[in-house]
Amino acid sequence: MFDLVSFIPRAVAQGIPLLFGSTGEIITEKSGNLNLGIPGVMYVGAISGVIGSFMYEHSFADPTQMNAVLAVLIPLVCCLLGSLLMGLLYCFLTVTLRANQNVTGLAMTTFGVGFGNFFGGSLIKLTGAEVPSIALSATSRLFRTTLPFADSTGWFGKVFLSFGFLAYLAIIIALVAAFVLNRTRVGLHLRAVGEDPATADAAGIDITRYKYITTCLGCMIAGLGGLYYVMDYANGVWSNDAFGDRGWLAIALVIFTIWHPEVSIPASILFGGLYIIYLYIPTGTNLAVKELYKMLPYVVTIVVLVFSSLRNKRENQPPESLGLPYFREDR
Amino acid sequence: MRMRDISKSFGQIQANSAVSLDIYRGEILALLGENGSGKTTLMNMLSGIYFPDSGEIEIDGEPVVIASPKDAFDKGIGMIHQHFKLVNVFTAAENIILGLEDEDAFDIAAACGRIRAICDSYGFDVDPDQKVYDMSVSQKQTVEIVKLLYRGADILILDEPTAVLTPQETDRLFAILRNMRDDGKAIVIITHKLREVLDISDRVAVLRKGAYVGAMATAETSPQEMTNMMVGHQVSLNIDRPAPVDPKERIRVSGVTVRNQEGVVKLDNVSFTARSGEILGIAGISGCGQKELLEAIAGLQPVEVGSIEYIHDNGRSEQLIGKDPLEIAALGVALSFVPEDRLGMGLVGNMDLTDNMMLRSFRQGRGIFTDRKGPRHLAEKVVEELEVSTDSISTPVRKLSGGNVQKVLVGREISSSPTVLLSAYAVRGLDVNSSYLIYDLINQQKERGVAVVYVGEDLDVLLEFCDRILVLCGGKVSGIVDGRGATKNEVGLMMTKLGGEEA
Repeated sequence: MFDLVSFIPRAVAQGIPLLFGSTGEIITEKSGNLNLGIPGVMYVGAISGVIGSFMYEHSFADPTQMNAVLAVLIPLVCCLLGSLLMGLLYCFLTVTLRANQNVTGLAMTTFGVGFGNFFGGSLIKLTGAEVPSIALSATSRLFRTTLPFADSTGWFGKVFLSFGFLAYLAIIIALVAAFVLNRTRVGLHLRAVGEDPATADAAGIDITRYKYITTCLGCMIAGLGGLYYVMDYANGVWSNDAFGDRGWLAIALVIFTIWHPEVSIPASILFGGLYIIYLYIPTGTNLAVKELYKMLPYVVTIVVLVFSSLRNKRENQPPESLGLPYFREDR
Repeated sequence: MRMRDISKSFGQIQANSAVSLDIYRGEILALLGENGSGKTTLMNMLSGIYFPDSGEIEIDGEPVVIASPKDAFDKGIGMIHQHFKLVNVFTAAENIILGLEDEDAFDIAAACGRIRAICDSYGFDVDPDQKVYDMSVSQKQTVEIVKLLYRGADILILDEPTAVLTPQETDRLFAILRNMRDDGKAIVIITHKLREVLDISDRVAVLRKGAYVGAMATAETSPQEMTNMMVGHQVSLNIDRPAPVDPKERIRVSGVTVRNQEGVVKLDNVSFTARSGEILGIAGISGCGQKELLEAIAGLQPVEVGSIEYIHDNGRSEQLIGKDPLEIAALGVALSFVPEDRLGMGLVGNMDLTDNMMLRSFRQGRGIFTDRKGPRHLAEKVVEELEVSTDSISTPVRKLSGGNVQKVLVGREISSSPTVLLSAYAVRGLDVNSSYLIYDLINQQKERGVAVVYVGEDLDVLLEFCDRILVLCGGKVSGIVDGRGATKNEVGLMMTKLGGEEA
């Protein structure tokens, strides 16, 4: 029997990093920046958080003595700072210097993954542990704190209340992003920048400012996805390359949701479910079949790409100037 | 408002040098000049897109600095660009309020109300909820005007507003402009069309090669005088129309129907013949199938039913449908299509003149090597004969001004010594002098016995220039008239109603 009550929370937990990543990328793309550095940014966000919390946790002989608020805030701030720096780097290269966005993004992904593995490896060396990973279980426990009555509400609690605060934050950020994009003046201006910067410029909108702010915000949101993965999903255990290709799935989700953060909420949970569905479908001892099930999220991504490019509705197309640099006096 | 000694250069190119210009309220000023004479650049400095290298701008006696489009809005200056500054996926209302930082809450419904009020007072027809991509060119232009009025602009600059309009739409626009002038607004209109200058403006200012030549009251000038000022020397304003020499059928199109990708019928049962040594004009409101027709002949557009035959000198005919564009081009059919954005078809913006010439001839040359010498000579020849203003033939085409880009395109197509020349909007946006150069070139081809199919938008020119005129209306042939006898009114009616009858 397919165990829905235990499947859904795991799908959600898988989906949350994707939700952070795709929300960040959606608002970035709405400003006309195609940031393919998101996977790298998520790595940097994760390792920055890990470094912060490692320093704090190891300054105590007994980690349970930690100040709970600081133990959450330090990794959070470190993570945001790390991703912000990545965002600034990307903006400086693509907006100010007008470098090619694809190349810059790919370079940042390579850099971010390397950065994460380098510092991850260094910390592992510092602890001198036998296993190639760092466990920050005390911090992780704080990140995974749920409402006190969650356990007593049966299946309802399991499905809706069993997550740490970052998961709810992801959903709130996605909803806020959707509201800002569609219902406010700032959102209208931002969409204009991504669609047609020359028009936005002629209308008196500061293109550079909008691109910088949204891209950096997008990076910080995506970075939280990395932090959630380590602190909540992985129980505070950092091991190199464990984050895998989730960053790329987040970018695929942007197209899947046709640039709507609110659609990204169910969509990322769906992708999260597909990511782990192989664990829930009995395959017996036939490992080959299991591997095929692991392909599901990627297959769905490809199918979605095919269908979304077949659809011709103008509103469902990517922002028109996506990936193009803007220079006012260019002709 | 006055501009004093304004200069601006782009790299090596001096776009404006020491231009001084006065603009008055309650007056329509026409800004006239050849392509690349710096009209648009000058106005872009007023609207804050460019910043002048030197010079001063005064409004009502106060010196002002316009560093950004926002500054321009604050000073009440609004500009309607040649390429509309509208976001396609937004509604009219969203476009109109774009960039405004009102104190009050973000409220589209309230904005729509104000937009309707403006429309009612000036007689515009705009639906605030319509998406821009669903709009016709003239509707988009109306949205642009409403946008400026919504912001309270009282100095309006229009960059070639009529280039994309039908005669009827132009009349409507001019009525609106006069309305606004009488309302006390200052209006600057950039144009090449002398007839429109006479029609609408109170005063004309002329620029030549970035410098200010002079201004005069429209009532006291003549087309001949304006042209002379623009060009700097005497130009004849009559288009030659030599009698066709020994016309023979060259292309026979019968019953052609074409659907576009969305399945909409763009051409419906079109039949005609194009004869050698003759210019067949094609008139019609833009988007009535002109493009599809030429593309069908050139083999770029799949034809649903019908036949297109090429008839050799010896009377043998050959079916063109089913041939690929290369085989059709080998028969001597040349297509020069100038799309609305001028660069979209036929030229590669980032390549230089020589390379663009090679787009036609890259198959020649030995083995895997291309022949660069021929194209280089050709580029030099085109630059010289058509007076293309460019630094050198190794300048990327996108850096040339619009008119010069077109000269390069048309020059290349003609140089392939075709037997059939398909030319669409060859003079789109070109100034008088360059237009006449192009007409001359096409006439030379006609005398050589080339069958010319000329799609044009200026009815006056079509009537003076073409031997026969085919009028398209909604993809159907509305009629074929003799260019020597037809009147503008007659053709104009045929453009809007099939056969020209009253509905």
